[in-house]
Amino acid sequence: MLESFSDFFRELADQYPRWNFIFFYEPVQWDRIMKGLRYTVVLSVACVIFSVIIGVVGAWLQGSSNRFVRNTVQGYIQFFRNTPPFVQLLFFYFALGQFTPTIVGADGWTETPIISNVGWAIISLSFFAGAFNVEIFRAGIEAVPESTQEAAFALGFSRFQVYKEIVLPLAFRVSLPSLNNNLVNLVKTSTQAMAIAVPELLYQCVSIWNDYPSAQYPTMLLLFCSFVFLVGILVLGMHRWEQKSRIPGYGG
Amino acid sequence: MPNDNWTPDQPLVSIKDVRKSFGSLEVLKGVSLDVMKGEVICIIGPSGSGKSTLIRCINALNDIQAGSITVEGQEVHTEKLDKLELRKKVGMVFQQYNLFPHKTALENVMMAPIKVLRKSKAEAEQTARALIKKVRLDGKEGAYPGELSGGQQQRVAIARSLAMNPDVMLFDEVTAALDPETVKEVLVTIKDLAQEGMTCILVTHEMGFAREIADHIYFTDRGVIVEHGPPATFFDNAQDPRTKEFLSQIL
Repeated sequence: MLESFSDFFRELADQYPRWNFIFFYEPVQWDRIMKGLRYTVVLSVACVIFSVIIGVVGAWLQGSSNRFVRNTVQGYIQFFRNTPPFVQLLFFYFALGQFTPTIVGADGWTETPIISNVGWAIISLSFFAGAFNVEIFRAGIEAVPESTQEAAFALGFSRFQVYKEIVLPLAFRVSLPSLNNNLVNLVKTSTQAMAIAVPELLYQCVSIWNDYPSAQYPTMLLLFCSFVFLVGILVLGMHRWEQKSRIPGYGG
Repeated sequence: MPNDNWTPDQPLVSIKDVRKSFGSLEVLKGVSLDVMKGEVICIIGPSGSGKSTLIRCINALNDIQAGSITVEGQEVHTEKLDKLELRKKVGMVFQQYNLFPHKTALENVMMAPIKVLRKSKAEAEQTARALIKKVRLDGKEGAYPGELSGGQQQRVAIARSLAMNPDVMLFDEVTAALDPETVKEVLVTIKDLAQEGMTCILVTHEMGFAREIADHIYFTDRGVIVEHGPPATFFDNAQDPRTKEFLSQIL
């Protein structure tokens, strides 16, 4: 079965040299694709998690009574929202990367930075998407009626408890559709990590078509299909979550 | 911190010469009143006369500019106030119910005892079920606020407040947002409470109800208490022209 599958693509490449699906019959290329896919998934999942955490914490800090804290959050949002994520990535890796300590290897002369290129990609993309998430959650928080929070205060809840038990659960539900959009964007933006040599899917695909120009169209096709699939999973998951968290008799 | 000097023969809530402004608008211009333990008082008056503001000052949802409010001898408007201790003693029910929409009726009632009083889940649930029964909503434990009528939501809100075992209950126009036919079920619930000896401070427009359950009526207008007295005297023998005018418009 698998034999005939790879045979089919080998023959296809023989007959139509522009359609060389090399990764379907050469295990080495297949492994490159799989490795790339793994990196893309790891990168996406890590950035989704961290950016949501940044969003939640940032939105909480935005409600702080301390003006300095509020201005810092606002400055962070303005910087990361108004500059290109690609430039941020290069800045983090090439500029900030210069100043992070390195670990000297056992041989005494190799130096490995404590934050790898994958680490920088995760940090940079999380902060980028996190800036949007702060604004998304803020909109959700503002949709929670003051009076509902007041009722909780009147019952003796602390400010943190009101945020955790009342505001966040309600704000999350309001924020989900916008959050969904931003996370979809984040997964797609992860391809930019290629610029700092993170071996994710785009990086691997470009490598393949540089080695085998005849595989360019098939590899591009694969890229599109992979992202449709990956983003599809994310959207499906978010949609399920939205359905599950719907409150009977509340809102739409 | 509980005040050891307070004894039940002193006013449970004592309001003295309270002034409160929103910006340049002074809404309370020196209001004083005392509420003894077990007493039910109703505050009535035209819209904008400061009734709601006054009772919101009692549990520190609003601050005041001058005067003093004590609950069981403890000053409310001071830097040293332990808000948690105050709010354990003072329950509040709002005009718009303000239930937590993402929690069922039962969870709404259980939440504060678990999170604030650190009670066990089992204990909180037992109390909550009893309270839901008390407000005549057994069978609705699993319903979300959005699935309940206004009157039912308001009764859950009363149960939620009672779950904290308060010493005094504040009712802020609790029937004002209700359909006429559901007003009664909420009033019956409050009446039960009053008859059990709960100290109640009500802001209300339900004159018949006020007359029936109140020990004392306060009439406020433009930030001052114009007149007060026991219901019979107040309704049948009002002295102040402003009270007379108000009563003639609504009775």
